[in-house]
Amino acid sequence: MLEHRTGKLKIFMGYAAGVGKTYMMLEEAHELKAQGVDVVIGYFEPHGRKDTIVRAEGLELIPRKKIEYRGAVFDEMDTEAILARKPAVCVVDEFPHTNVPGSARLKRWEDVQLLLDSGIDVLTTMNIQHLESLNDQVWQITGIHVRETIPDWVMQRADQVVMVDVTPRALLNRLERGVVYGREKAERALQNFFRESTLVALREMALRQTAHEVEHRSAVETSDGWAGHGSFGHRGAHHRILILVTAEPKTAMLIRRAKRVGDFLDAEVFAVTVHSGGLRALSEQERESVERHLNFARNLHIETRVLEGEDLASTLVDFARRNQITQIFLARPRERDWRSLVGRDLIQRVVGLAKDMQVVIVSEREMVEY
Amino acid sequence: MPRELRRKTPEELLREVQSEEGAVHNARLKIFLGYASGVGKSFRMFAEAKRRRERGQDVVVAAVQPVMSADVGDLLRNLETIPQVAVGEDTAIDLNGVLRRHPSVCVIDGLAYDNPPGFRNSTRWEDVGEMLRAGISVITSVNIQYVAELRELIESVTGKRVSPTVPMSFIQSADEIEIVDAPPEEPMERSPEQQLDAVKREQRLSRLREMALVLTADVVDHQLNEYLQRHGIQQHFGTNERVMVCITPRANVHEMVETARSIAEKFHGELIGAYVSQPDISAADQTALDEKLAMARSAGASIEILEGEDPVDTLLDFARSRGVTQLFIGHSQRSGLWSRLWGNPVDKIIHRSRGMDVRIFPQ
Repeated sequence: MLEHRTGKLKIFMGYAAGVGKTYMMLEEAHELKAQGVDVVIGYFEPHGRKDTIVRAEGLELIPRKKIEYRGAVFDEMDTEAILARKPAVCVVDEFPHTNVPGSARLKRWEDVQLLLDSGIDVLTTMNIQHLESLNDQVWQITGIHVRETIPDWVMQRADQVVMVDVTPRALLNRLERGVVYGREKAERALQNFFRESTLVALREMALRQTAHEVEHRSAVETSDGWAGHGSFGHRGAHHRILILVTAEPKTAMLIRRAKRVGDFLDAEVFAVTVHSGGLRALSEQERESVERHLNFARNLHIETRVLEGEDLASTLVDFARRNQITQIFLARPRERDWRSLVGRDLIQRVVGLAKDMQVVIVSEREMVEY
Repeated sequence: MPRELRRKTPEELLREVQSEEGAVHNARLKIFLGYASGVGKSFRMFAEAKRRRERGQDVVVAAVQPVMSADVGDLLRNLETIPQVAVGEDTAIDLNGVLRRHPSVCVIDGLAYDNPPGFRNSTRWEDVGEMLRAGISVITSVNIQYVAELRELIESVTGKRVSPTVPMSFIQSADEIEIVDAPPEEPMERSPEQQLDAVKREQRLSRLREMALVLTADVVDHQLNEYLQRHGIQQHFGTNERVMVCITPRANVHEMVETARSIAEKFHGELIGAYVSQPDISAADQTALDEKLAMARSAGASIEILEGEDPVDTLLDFARSRGVTQLFIGHSQRSGLWSRLWGNPVDKIIHRSRGMDVRIFPQ
């Protein structure tokens, strides 16, 4: 075995609690153990489900770490203990989990990164609604702003993504029979996330994302010329995307959408903000918003730049041209800006100046009303 | 033919009636879809059959695979079986036996089989259709390789041609479809040639896996749209990317269509080309238009010719009704000068296109 080997990450993808992700992951852990592989459970969330708890029996469990926060005690994965134990494979449930304040790292996926870096293979679980770039769409469908998200690049680094599928009808049956949650909790869950149409929509998103992950991985592997069967193998057109970052709250939505489209097109994605006199010239509130958005972009692995220029449209387009940008992404103006012509003016000017580029106006999605 | 001007075909009407009848009888079709043998379809299906039996449903098995794993064998031991009828080396489901026994659920491992000559139906999926019409629910399994419409694509991937097939429409008519997904086993380290063969095999399997996932997603999308229609919900969920290219005689359609095709493909989405009829169009424009529509069609777009007073409203109403997520429009150089005028079509489209992205192309 190589001296410095990065561990392999396998994600069991689902679309709701109770589809059987943890169960399937534990099943695989047992198979590995039977083959003589050194497997441990780093963290698993039984949710009081009988089947799942039984499945964990016979596997070595690394005790959780107790962390005190505001007088309460929380259980978190003991990453240091796992690193010291150094198994070949570690099972880590609930990849998108946010650690309690006071933990060494903010997010569980950062803990997992550490395990992978030290050469430990990791099996983990997540639901599609936790993928960062789908956040706005998930809100549109469910009315819920999911806070615990996984940046897309983290998932792209996984070696394998497997869909754990079950039909919504079967899932709702399980829920009604109280297999998934306790009875009371089940009745509440049925009201929002577990509405049948919501489940169907989330399931479709999980299936499409998994298909994309499969295609993306085999496309990378087949860059030796085998690709190009049917109509799927078309690659190579070089796209470069530029996002305009502002203080507007919908900039987060714009960044997510542009990055998602960019990832699917294998494009390079950049983000800039333009101000005469730079960020210093902004009000404190505006500067904070802009900086938060730039930071958000960087967390999604987007290169950012602050540009100075009197005229927003020409500064943006000049930068785009100098950097061989092929597509500029702007947010659709707010309704009141339409009336005042401010936002329209920007779009018209950018479109007028960027004669050799595509300009994409991204619109906020509207929540589905029942 | 433009879809919105088309009447329902008799087959579509028949399907609607049948699905209503199906609902009356409560007979449901559930399909376990896999991308290769050995991914565990049979096990998952028979495990469900066992659970249903334990919950008190009257379950009968009418077809099993000739070779089965020990796990599957264990599950089968506790299930009632109606043996298949043997004709020489071939076998068929004992359809009359199943209809006489009339269980509430019939389990059929392997949907893609042709019946030997002399049977009422020439294929097994037709047998299943008959059971459903008789009010018997069916749980069955099938491999993506056997979907008729995918045969050529699959052949280009695997180099093999399979003979018994199941039509896509039958798969799509299922009340429930569940994919049994598992990544192909990693090739073990062997000699370089063996290694290469193993890698190629893995790539083939990945392609099949991708197709199975997309097919399942498409069936689910179909069900979602039906659900929304049934409940009178106008809005779309945007779960499937739908790219619509607005075509005019003078638009730079080539770049638009190329980009749209590539995006639709990458997202496994849908590609639509739309044109709003103009009453007094010159012969030259008509020729240009026909060429552009042909270009879009050959890129795989479904073409829609729309009628309406206001072209912008017509395009957007249609886009909204079809759940379009990305609208592609051309931008003529002239409108730069007119940018501050109301009534600029690009401006108007952006203003009215709430809930979808608009991609503006230089001309």
